[in-house]
Amino acid sequence: MAKSPIERFSTVFLVAGLSFFLFSFVSSGLVPWLMMNKIPTQSLDDLAKHIPKSFYKLAADYPQEFKLYYGEPNAASFKEAISLGRDNYIAEACWHCHSQQIRPISNEPQRWGKVSTADEYQNVLQMPQMMGTRRVGPDLFRESERRSNDWQMAHLFKPTNVVPSSVMPEFPWFFSADKHPNKRGLAVVAYLQWLGSWAKDSTDEMIQSIPKDNRASIQ
Amino acid sequence: MSIVNVGALPKTSEGSSLVDKWMVKAHFIAGISFFFLALLAGLVFSTQFLRNYLFPGIEVLSPGRIRMIHTNMAAYGFLANLFFGGLYWAVPRLTGERVWKRSVSIFLFWAWQTILVATFVGQMFGYAQGVEWAETPIFIDPVVVIGVLLMTVNFYVPILRTKEKPLYVSLWYFTAAFVWTGLVYIMGNYLPQFFAPGVAGAAIGGLFIHDLVGLFVTPLGWGMMYYFVPLILKKPIYSHALSLVGFWGLAFFYPLQGVHHFLWSPIPMFVQYGAVTSTIAVEIVVTTVIVNFFMTLKGNGSILKTNIPMRWFYTGMILYFTTCLQCAFQVTLTLQQIIHFTDWVVAHAHLVMLGVFGFWLLGVVTHLWPKVTGREWFSLRLNAWHYWLTAIGTVIMFGDLTIAGLVQGFSWRSLQIWEQSLTASMPFWMVRTFAGTMIVLGQMLWVYNLYRTAKNPKRLGSEVPMLNLEHELAPASMTNPTIAL
Ligand code: HEC
Ligand code: HEM
Repeated sequence: MAKSPIERFSTVFLVAGLSFFLFSFVSSGLVPWLMMNKIPTQSLDDLAKHIPKSFYKLAADYPQEFKLYYGEPNAASFKEAISLGRDNYIAEACWHCHSQQIRPISNEPQRWGKVSTADEYQNVLQMPQMMGTRRVGPDLFRESERRSNDWQMAHLFKPTNVVPSSVMPEFPWFFSADKHPNKRGLAVVAYLQWLGSWAKDSTDEMIQSIPKDNRASIQ
Repeated sequence: MSIVNVGALPKTSEGSSLVDKWMVKAHFIAGISFFFLALLAGLVFSTQFLRNYLFPGIEVLSPGRIRMIHTNMAAYGFLANLFFGGLYWAVPRLTGERVWKRSVSIFLFWAWQTILVATFVGQMFGYAQGVEWAETPIFIDPVVVIGVLLMTVNFYVPILRTKEKPLYVSLWYFTAAFVWTGLVYIMGNYLPQFFAPGVAGAAIGGLFIHDLVGLFVTPLGWGMMYYFVPLILKKPIYSHALSLVGFWGLAFFYPLQGVHHFLWSPIPMFVQYGAVTSTIAVEIVVTTVIVNFFMTLKGNGSILKTNIPMRWFYTGMILYFTTCLQCAFQVTLTLQQIIHFTDWVVAHAHLVMLGVFGFWLLGVVTHLWPKVTGREWFSLRLNAWHYWLTAIGTVIMFGDLTIAGLVQGFSWRSLQIWEQSLTASMPFWMVRTFAGTMIVLGQMLWVYNLYRTAKNPKRLGSEVPMLNLEHELAPASMTNPTIAL
């Protein structure tokens, strides 16, 4: 019995405990990490270089509230709104009911649009990443401009008022006592309308680059 | 019941008791309390799916927050606490040495409960961290890391001091589980939050989700089984070679699977293939372990009729085999197209967390409760009711959600409007709440029984000769299949 080196504390600790774990971390964590490092990580400032039209629309749709909580729709207020929106998206566990990942299968591109790619996640608002592992509700990675700001607000206030068979929770605390969106409500909608706006803009640009006569066939 | 076989607690050379029963009892009581919290949170959240949420419009009870409380309390409150209780019993008995320091044990006990309460309150007030299973608020994480490190030392001391060499199977699992838990916790809570954005964060987050089950819960669970099953059967494990295969196979293949939580994602495809392959490989390893345990049982099968802890253990093993078999199929890129993101995965999660490890721990508590309280069972019938209500409830929930997952997957793929998948799921979600109620009822009966047992005037057979059985069975004789007991 004395000579069974693999049944010793040190072997179990060093080989199974440390080495096997490190091997797995390197092969399935570090390798993809280093591969992704080629893509620059966008900071909030980088993201604020492309403020989607929907953000200005939000300021126009709720002028009083927007002015009160965020002032003018500019880079500073955009950064503040989408990061606060992201924080609430985490706190309310929206990410446990909604994915942010469109797979190239099961007709997902037909339902939501362009398949999601690695570069789209390479930014600070995906730290931690929000790809999700469960869909009770639909994917939100292309939510931008799918719905109007009013629809989003009414939906967050009480989803069944808008979609009677919905099982999504209501979020009345995103609204002030007079049922106008508060700071958090504006932030969450700004975030939702930002999701996928980058891909929409690029499709617009792509369409612009196509000779005018051929555009109709894609639009 | 096996209570006639209680061994006297072996004494250390100083004469003080080897096992600190207070620690075992305290962790059991805490674990069961958090089990109730987790169960109630699950039940409450399940009413959201029926469009009749029990506490609508209350911010701190927002359904999403309750979901995170459900899963976190189940893992860190229920499973972890009961494991600690079991470890305070098993490790000293396997090593013949006490844990490092009583003061550390007591400190850790209260620290762990404080962490849990802080997590619970933190999540209610919107401070959850956005990493699956790591929703413990960021400012609590350092305390958890220190706690895990201290716990590791507390249990490594007796393992290092023991004169019983080579180590018994259970101790391989416990030893590895402690290194892994610390590393996994640090990796999952810090890297995706502060260092690894997007896709890299997903790869690491996948590792974390999987390792938490595979490298913390699973090895502690199997360690418990290798300890309690031979003891109750009074015979050694069938094959030492299979025990070795099972441990080293698990240690190698389990950590490699994490990325299978993000199949078809932008994570490089070869990494995904690797995860799929090792997931299928682990199923073969699991089969060897199951064979080992069923061959050990062979000839004594009728004990399952009378011994409720053994019934929990072997039901758990059958469900373990089921889960792993299911896993080998659901991990394929083909099935992933339908089942990922659906209730199928939720069914799988409940089968593993409750049906396997939960059941084992319920068995461990049921086995040890008379010993740590020194009282006879108030009612063996209630224990049987506990078993049947929980087991049937769990199996119903599993079958129900599995079918629901298929319904959802096909509904989405056929591009029906989203609401169609909700309407179609409604009957399944109703059954889930019903099954959950059954499970909660079972636990209520059990807790009543535990309470009455602790207050039972009938002391546990002090006239029964003290067999000192446990200590003598452990380790050397159990590892050697040729020694007949
Ligand atoms: C219990 C699960 C659940 C949670 C938590 C949840 N949702 Fe939903 N969500 C749903 C369901 C189901 C639907 C589909 C029915 C509907 O439109 O209401 C949905 C739909 C949506 C839609 C409409 C998508 C579209 O364009 O069709 C948006 C936007 C949305 N949710 C945002 C959120 C946000 C933001 C949060 C967090 C504050 C959240 N959801 C939390 C379940 C949930
Ligand atoms: C009363 C019994 C229970 C009920 C009603 C219940 C209900 C739920 C619900 C509604 C969800 C969310 C599913 C979704 O997002 O679609 C969930 C998730 C989960 N529950 Fe439970 N639960 C119960 C018991 C347990 C127990 C005892 C455990 C663990 C020991 C557990 C572990 C989990 C896990 C791990 C998840 C996450 C699943 C995933 O994300 O895939 N549950 N549960």
